Amino acid sequence: MRFLVAYLRSPPAMIGLVLLLVVIGMALSADWFYPRDPLSLAGRPLIWPGANPRFLLGTDNSGRDIAAQIFHGARVSLLIGVVATSIAIALGIVIGALAGYHGGWVDDVLMRVTEAFQTLPNFLLLLVFVAVFGSDIVTVTIAIGAVSWPAPARLTRAEFLTLRNREFVQACRTIGMGDGRIIFREILPNALPPVIVYASVIMAVAILLESALAFLRLSDPNVASWGNLIGLGRDVLRVQWYVSAIPGVAILVTVLAVSLVGQGLNDALNPRLRKR
Amino acid sequence: MSAVLSLQGLTVALPKGADRAHALENVSLDLNANEILCVVGESGSGKSMTASAIMRLLPPGVRISGGAVRFEGKDLATADERTMRAIRGAGIAMVFQEPMTALNPLRTVGDQIGEMFRIHAGLPAKQIAARTLALLEEVRIPHPAQAARAYPHELSGGQRQRAMIAMALALDPKVLIADEPTTALDVTTQAQILHLIRDLQRRKGTAVLFITHDFGVVAEIADRVAVMQHGVVVEQGAASQVLHAPQHPYTKALVAAVPPLHAPPPRPLSDDTILRIESVQKTYRTGGFLGRGARVTHAVRGVTLDLPRGATLGVVGESGSGKSTLARCIVRLIEPDGGAIRLEGTNLLALRRREMRQAARRVQMVFQDPFGSLNPRRRAGELVAQGPIVHGASPAAAMARAKELFALVGLDPAATERYPHEFSGGQRQRIGLARALALEPEVLVADEPVSALDVSVQAQVLRLLAELRERLNLSIVFITHDLRVAAQVCDIVAVMKEGEVVEHGPIGRVFTDPQHAYTQALLASVPGRDFAPAA
Amino acid sequence: MRVFALAGRRLAASLPTLLIILVGVFLLLQLAPGDTVDALMAQMGGGGDAQVAADLRAFYGLDLSVPAQLGNYLWRLVRLDLGFSSIYGKPVATVILERLPATLLLMASALSFAFFFGLVLGVLAARRVNGWPDTLISTLGLVFYATPSFWFGLMAIVLFAVHLEWLPAGGFEEIGAGYTGLRRVLDIATHLVLPTLTLGLIFLAIYLRIMRASMLEVLNLDFVRTARAKGLDETRVVVKHVLRNAMLPMVTLVGLQAGTMLGGSVVVESVFSLPGLGRLAYESVVQRDLNTLLGIVFVSALLVITVNFIVDLLYARLDPRIGAGG
Repeated sequence: MRFLVAYLRSPPAMIGLVLLLVVIGMALSADWFYPRDPLSLAGRPLIWPGANPRFLLGTDNSGRDIAAQIFHGARVSLLIGVVATSIAIALGIVIGALAGYHGGWVDDVLMRVTEAFQTLPNFLLLLVFVAVFGSDIVTVTIAIGAVSWPAPARLTRAEFLTLRNREFVQACRTIGMGDGRIIFREILPNALPPVIVYASVIMAVAILLESALAFLRLSDPNVASWGNLIGLGRDVLRVQWYVSAIPGVAILVTVLAVSLVGQGLNDALNPRLRKR
Repeated sequence: MSAVLSLQGLTVALPKGADRAHALENVSLDLNANEILCVVGESGSGKSMTASAIMRLLPPGVRISGGAVRFEGKDLATADERTMRAIRGAGIAMVFQEPMTALNPLRTVGDQIGEMFRIHAGLPAKQIAARTLALLEEVRIPHPAQAARAYPHELSGGQRQRAMIAMALALDPKVLIADEPTTALDVTTQAQILHLIRDLQRRKGTAVLFITHDFGVVAEIADRVAVMQHGVVVEQGAASQVLHAPQHPYTKALVAAVPPLHAPPPRPLSDDTILRIESVQKTYRTGGFLGRGARVTHAVRGVTLDLPRGATLGVVGESGSGKSTLARCIVRLIEPDGGAIRLEGTNLLALRRREMRQAARRVQMVFQDPFGSLNPRRRAGELVAQGPIVHGASPAAAMARAKELFALVGLDPAATERYPHEFSGGQRQRIGLARALALEPEVLVADEPVSALDVSVQAQVLRLLAELRERLNLSIVFITHDLRVAAQVCDIVAVMKEGEVVEHGPIGRVFTDPQHAYTQALLASVPGRDFAPAA
Repeated sequence: MRVFALAGRRLAASLPTLLIILVGVFLLLQLAPGDTVDALMAQMGGGGDAQVAADLRAFYGLDLSVPAQLGNYLWRLVRLDLGFSSIYGKPVATVILERLPATLLLMASALSFAFFFGLVLGVLAARRVNGWPDTLISTLGLVFYATPSFWFGLMAIVLFAVHLEWLPAGGFEEIGAGYTGLRRVLDIATHLVLPTLTLGLIFLAIYLRIMRASMLEVLNLDFVRTARAKGLDETRVVVKHVLRNAMLPMVTLVGLQAGTMLGGSVVVESVFSLPGLGRLAYESVVQRDLNTLLGIVFVSALLVITVNFIVDLLYARLDPRIGAGG
C-alpha cells in the first residue's frame, strides 16, 4: 500500500506508466484499428504524413501504411522485450543464486562463464547467434535473452553474498532448515526486489537490441518491427526522412516508458533514496 | 566562571511527518573552559542532534527553530554560513564515533590533518608538515612520521581515532565536541583514548562536550553531566551528584540499569557437564591466489571449556579474539577444523549434515543484531513457528506454541501477526529468544544478545534471560564484550585473546583476583570500574 | 608495484575467460549451416563439383573431427594465425588489422566524450539535486538512454549533413582528396564528430546517472561530515573529498561496458559507413565468412580484456585500498 502511494506520487513514474499504457494500448488495439496485414501494400509509396487522411503517418517506400506498422510493431517490441527479459531474469536468478549461496568452486565456475559472456560484446554474440541459427523472430528473442542474463546473475549473486551471512539466514540454519528452502523461501524474496527493478533495464536494452538487429536487416523480415522500418527508410533518408523518424520516436517512447517505470519502482522500493 | 559555549533554549524542529515535532526542545546548557561536560542519553534522546545543531551541520529538512547558541559573542543559531565555516574546526572542533568512516579513505592521514592548517591558517607547506607531525606525536600515535603518510585503512581503529583527535585539536579550538568517540572501540583502546582526551583537555584548557550513552564513560571522564530524554534536558549537575544522587526519575532508572562490575554471590553449580568444548580449532586462509600473499588467521586455537548443566558460561574478549567464531562453531554455522563439541557425550562435529539438523534443536542460538536476525518478510509468529514446523510439527500446533512463547518472553500473543519492523529493538530480541526457545533446547548460545540495546532495555532482557534460565533449566553460553554484563549473568567466565582462552574460572574469582596479565588489563580498562549505582 | 602485481593477476585470471569464449563460439559456429568451403564455392560461381569441395575441405582441415579442428584452431591462435578469409582473399589477421584503427579511434573518442560530459553533468545534477538543473539533466539523461543510437545517427545525418551541410554524412575520410598531415587529421576528426556523438550518447546517459547517484551517496558519508566540520566550504568539500570517491563506480563501469561499446560500434559504423571492426563483423555475418567472424570475436575479447586491464590500473591508482595485502 505504502509502496503504491509512493509510486503514484512521483511525477516521472506516472508519466512513464501513462506512456507504457499507451504503448500497450497500441499493441492490443492493433488488430482492431488495422485489421489488414501491416506489411501488405496499402497505397502509393512515400506519401508524406498528413497528405492523405487515409494514411495518418504516411506510407513507406513500398507503399505500406506506416501507422499500421507502428501499431503492430508495438506488439512485436513489447513481446520481444517481455519474453527476452523473462528468459534473462530466470537464467540470471538461478545462476546468481547458486553461485552466491554455495560459493567455492560452484561460484568460480559460474562466474568464469558469466565473465566470458560479459567480455564478449553482447551485440557481437547476438550476430553470431543469428549467423548460426537464422533470424526468425523466436530465435532472435531467445538469443537476446541468452546474451542478457549476466547482469541479473551478478546482481543476484551480490545480493545472495550479503544475505547469506545475515543473521536471519544463520538463524534458519541453526533451526535445521535445508538449503533449498533457505535459498528459495528465505533469501530469494529478499534478493528479488533489486533484480525485478533491473528487469526494466534489461527490457529497455532488449527492445533496443532487437531494433538495432532489425535495422541491420538481420532480424525477421516477416514481422512489422520498428527497426525494420527504420532500416527501410534509410534508403530514402535524404528526402523522405519521416519514414525512419517516426518508428524511431516509437522506440524512444517505449524505452523511455519502461525506464521511467523501472526507476519509479526503484525509488518506491528504496524509501531512503526517495527522500532526496 | 563564564561559559565558553552557551545553549539558550535551543529548539530544533524536525520535518513534517517525523515521529515527533522537535528533535530538541528548549535545551539550555553552559559549557565552561577547562571542563568536560557529558551529555548522556539513550538512542533518540537528541544528544547527537545537539552536537549537529551547535556546528550547524543538521541533516536536510531539520532546522533550528528557536533559542540561541552563544560562542565568542556571536549567536551561532543565526550566524551566516561564512562565519560558521570560520568557526568550524578553528573555534569548535569535532570528533566522531566511527573512526573507520570519518576519514576520507583516498587521502593520507597527514594530508587530511594538514588540511586544517591550509584552510584556516594558510601556512607554507613545510610548516604544515612539521605541525602535523607534532600533532601526531602529541596524540601518541606510534611511528608518527609513518602514520602521516599512511592511508586510513592502514591504521587500527584506535590509531585512526587518535588521528581524528589530532585533526580536531590542530588549531587549538576553544571547544571540542566528541560524539561517542570511543563507542566503536575495544575496551582497552577506549581506556587509552579516554585517557588521552582527558589529558589533552587538562593541558590545553579546552572545553569538551562529550556525548555518550555509557554511564561508565561518564563516571570515568565527566566533570558535569546533562541527562537527555526525548530532546529535553531532564537533569544536569556535577558528575558526582548526578551519578550518586540522581533527582529525576528517568535519571534514577538509567543509573539503576547500569550493571555493576562486581559479580553477585555465586550460585551452586551442578557437577554434571552438559556441553564440553574440546580443543576446538578454526583457521582462516584468505587472499591467496596460487599461494601468493596468502594470510592465515587462527580464529580459534585449541579452546577447551566445560559448561555445567544449568549454568551460564561467559566468553569475553575484544573484537578479533575469536569469541563469536567459537559460538558459531558450537552450532556448526562454522565448521571447525578440529576438536569436538560434546553434548552429553555426543560429538556434534562427527554428525552428518542430516543428523546435525536433527540435533540442532538441542542447541539453539540467539543473535546480536535485533534488525538483521529476523527475516523482514515474515510475520513474527511465523519466525517462531518455523523451527517446530521444520522438525515436523503441524503449522497450527506450531502457531499455538508461538503464541505461548510470545507470552513467555513478555510479548503480546496477538503480536504474532505483525512484521519485525513493527517492533522495537528490545522486542525483536525477545522474538529472537522465543524462536530459539521454540525448539525446547537444552543449551542456548547467545552471541552478544544485548549489545545493540539501550541500557534500560538491556537490563530488562537480561532479567528475562535469567528468569528463563531458572524456569526452563537452560544452560547458556553467553558471548559478550561487555564485562559489566558478564559480571551480572555468568557463573563461569572464559577470557579469550587472539583465539585462545587465557584464563577461566568462576566469575567472582576471575573478576576480583585475575591471574593473567591480559585479564587484569581488561578489567582495569572498564570505564568507571568503581562506579556502581547505589542499590 | 602493488598496482602492477594486481593488474597482472587480473590479466592472468582473464585467460580462462578468453578460452571459454573461443571454445564456446567455435563450437557454436560448427552448428552454422555451411562452412568456409561453401562460401568459397559460392564466391567462385557456385559450381557443384563435389571432388573440388572435398579437396578444399581436406586442404582447410575441415574433414577432421570437431575436437581436432578446435585443437588445430587453438594451436594456430597461439602462433597468432587467425586463418584465411575466403571472401577477402587475405589472412583474417590482415583484414582485421586494416579495420582496427577506425574502431579504436571511434571508441576512444566516444569514451572520452561520454566520460567527460557524464562526469560534469552528473556532478552538476548532484550539486543542485531536485532543482531545475538536476531535473533538466536527469531528463536529458533518460531521453538519451532511450534513444536508439542508429536512429540518432540517421537523424543527425539528415540535420547536419543533408540540411545544414556542416558535417560529412559518412566515411572515415575524404577519399581521393589526398590530404596529408594536419589537414588529414582535421578531415578525419570532422568525419568522426557525428559517429562519436552517436556512439557516446547512451554511455553519456549511463555515466551521468551513475555519477549523480554516486555523488549523492558519497555526500552522505561520514568523512564528508568531517570535512564540513573542519570548516571547508562546499566547493572544496566536493573537489577535495567527494569527487574522487564518487568517480570509483564510474571507472568500474567503463570496464564493465567496454564490450557493450564495441557492440554498439557495429551499428554506428554501419550507419556512417566507417571501415571498422564492427562493420566487418556485420559484413562477415551477411557473407557467411565465419573464419573472419571468429577472428573478430577473438580480437574483440582481447580488446575488452585490455580495456579492463587499463581500467584496473587506473582504479588501483585512484583507490589505495585496492590490493593492499592481497
